[in-house]
Amino acid sequence: MKISVYRYNPDTDTKPRMQDYEVKTFQGMMLRDALLEVKKQDESFSFRHSCGEGVCGSDGVNVNGRNVLACITPIGELKAPIEVRPFPGRPVIRDLVVDMTQFYEQYRAVKPYLVCKDPLPEQEILQSPQERDKLDGLYECILCGCCSTACPSFWWNPEKFHGPAALLQSWRFLADSRDQATEERLDALDGPYKLFRCHSIMNCVEVCPKGLNPTRAIGKIKDLMLEKGV
Amino acid sequence: MGIPTRHFDALIIGAGGAGLNAALQLAGADLRVAVVSKVFPTRSHTVAAQGGVNAALANVLPDSWHWHMFDTVKGSDYLGDQDAIEFMCREAIPTVYELEHAGVPFSRLDDGKIYQRAFGGQSQNFGGDQAARTCAAADRTGHAILHTLYQQNIRARTHFFDEFFAIDLVRDAEGIICGALVLEIETGEPLLIESKATLLATGGWGQVFRTTSNAHINTGDGAAMALRAGIPLMDMEFFQFHPTGIAGKGMLITEGTRGEGGYLINKDGERFMERYAPRAKDLASRDVVSRAIVTEVKEGRGCGENGDYVMLKLDHLGEAVISKRLPGIRESSQIFAGVDPVIEPIPVFPTAHYAMGGIPTDRFGRVAMPAGHGSEEVVVGLYAAGECACASVHGANRLGGNSLLDILVFGRLAGKDIIDYVRENPYQRAVDSASLEQAMGRLGRWEQTGDGPTVGQLRADFRKCMEDHAGVFRTEEIMTEGYNKLCELRDRLPEARLTDQSKVFNTARIEALELENMMDVGMSIAVSALHRQESRGAHSRPDHPARDDQTWLKHSLYYREGDRMDYKPVRTKPLTVESFPPKERVY
Repeated sequence: MKISVYRYNPDTDTKPRMQDYEVKTFQGMMLRDALLEVKKQDESFSFRHSCGEGVCGSDGVNVNGRNVLACITPIGELKAPIEVRPFPGRPVIRDLVVDMTQFYEQYRAVKPYLVCKDPLPEQEILQSPQERDKLDGLYECILCGCCSTACPSFWWNPEKFHGPAALLQSWRFLADSRDQATEERLDALDGPYKLFRCHSIMNCVEVCPKGLNPTRAIGKIKDLMLEKGV
Repeated sequence: MGIPTRHFDALIIGAGGAGLNAALQLAGADLRVAVVSKVFPTRSHTVAAQGGVNAALANVLPDSWHWHMFDTVKGSDYLGDQDAIEFMCREAIPTVYELEHAGVPFSRLDDGKIYQRAFGGQSQNFGGDQAARTCAAADRTGHAILHTLYQQNIRARTHFFDEFFAIDLVRDAEGIICGALVLEIETGEPLLIESKATLLATGGWGQVFRTTSNAHINTGDGAAMALRAGIPLMDMEFFQFHPTGIAGKGMLITEGTRGEGGYLINKDGERFMERYAPRAKDLASRDVVSRAIVTEVKEGRGCGENGDYVMLKLDHLGEAVISKRLPGIRESSQIFAGVDPVIEPIPVFPTAHYAMGGIPTDRFGRVAMPAGHGSEEVVVGLYAAGECACASVHGANRLGGNSLLDILVFGRLAGKDIIDYVRENPYQRAVDSASLEQAMGRLGRWEQTGDGPTVGQLRADFRKCMEDHAGVFRTEEIMTEGYNKLCELRDRLPEARLTDQSKVFNTARIEALELENMMDVGMSIAVSALHRQESRGAHSRPDHPARDDQTWLKHSLYYREGDRMDYKPVRTKPLTVESFPPKERVY
């Protein structure tokens, strides 16, 4: 099988190029296995990867125009010719490795941590199963970046629009019955860019490897803003 | 040498559960703390822990930390240090509450308390009925905890060096550790981080085996750094094979599946665990279940064309339980084994999973080794916590749900002890130039060009050798052969060359440095295992089938220099309660 991979090394290349490799396939082969095979043939090829089972979020890449996690993408389901590129819209450091700084900055910007102002009990803060269920579909985000780097609004305004991953986190804490910073969180999202640049294009939902739905989370934040009259 | 230098009160190497929990204590005390991680922190392998964290909260069934302690001592096959175990089991309770307060989305019971599930080797009343002690966030507990700890560190303004690889520890003229040389992966430039105290929290080394549940990054970097600094590694022969990895691949299927009522069957559809552990059955401890599976396969009762795995049956639990409590493993089974556990059983086989041994520490996370008059003299300014460390709470076999607990409790404690240490030792020691040059030499070595074996080939040969010669069952013959092969591979390592000499994000260079680390750690496993002539916990020798407390109730210490072995006694005296003397271990 032929696999075409994006190559760029600032130490040696003036511009990026696509390079073809011939890779032997096997039953159950994932895209990561193919990239590892490329690495075996050519150790100068770089990409991030680690857990190999879709939980660490390291190996997000763009294959045939779609953002995926390489380790859980079966080669058999990809249409030939297979073209693997770095995430769109991010500065390329080398080969498939992109600079995710802005993505992480947006994550930090939504204050992604539980804020509890009341004195803490000696035991756990009680939370009913129904309240806890509200966090399903939110806390599972692995920060792989597939969603935000597939989002046109994030491409155009990465410094201002928080993007789907960060906003999903924002809602994860707004939805948590234990969190007591609702107003501050909503105030901080006010204005035309941070939240409202989401135009419900739904690329994020389309590509999320964990099946999460940032668009819905963003909608819920908007609803809550209306409700609170912020 | 003109290397850029940064100064911190404390340096933490590794951003998994132990490192981040330590960092949180330090940042909370307004100390300047640097966390160096070779991957973005939420990529640390803590993220993959599935089943949960043990604490005797008694939310579901009656419980006490003392029962938890008994189970852990028994689970360790009496090799665990009982003072450290008592301490961990007591601390488990406030630790879990603290995590909950920090935001961990634990699953809940109807009364609003944290959900707890059954796990292997956990009992009520000192070996009685099955306990429900494992606090879980569905089957993504590690993910939930790691992300929460990272988030709280953002809040505490911990200083992160993301994607920096630690090359080696550095010392002052007196030989005291005073920081580390690290490499910025993106630029390929070295950076010296000077610190008053250094914590190694670099996790495990499952990558030394070919089939493993461990991530690509788990290459034993911290343990190898300790070895090179002259520190021995303790109890390295005890490496856990998790009973249920996806057959042929190794991805983990949590013990929580069996805690929720799943069970193993062989090709005849027989629930074979009843023969090996009549009472606990599928919830016997991991060493027992792994051996049972390998025995079934060896005796011709394995499933599939080659008869080389068994089946984990879950379909009787119903879709509702599986989607609510085990959504992650359903996903993994579908992706990697092509089966939906709601309908069909999952093919499983033991997979290299967890290092019980590591850098020897006391229960405050301080690295301690034989020196002067004692067998446990503190190495000034150096700490270790998490899987890379051996406070000796797991002994010869770790119980499920105790690894998250270990990293959290001892990470937290190490953080607290570092605070005291830094306050008492407020001055930075000067790095000795010879020590720095030695560390730089590690980098320089890979600048050699010319012909030689590739890192990839040596790595593959090495991991295969470890798998073939240090697996679930080990005999003198198999291990001696393995040791000789490892020596050959170690001799070839200096000939290895990199073809890629560029600086920017050179992952080939990182993998070369990792291979050096893995070979040192792999050798420590092989040598320690060859010497221990008994079967205990995860170390199973058909040629010495019995546990031999007379000769071997002691910790092993492996020194890199000359592959030397030393031993030290097990601490059998707990802090406040009666000791649990060794007895026959039945489940």
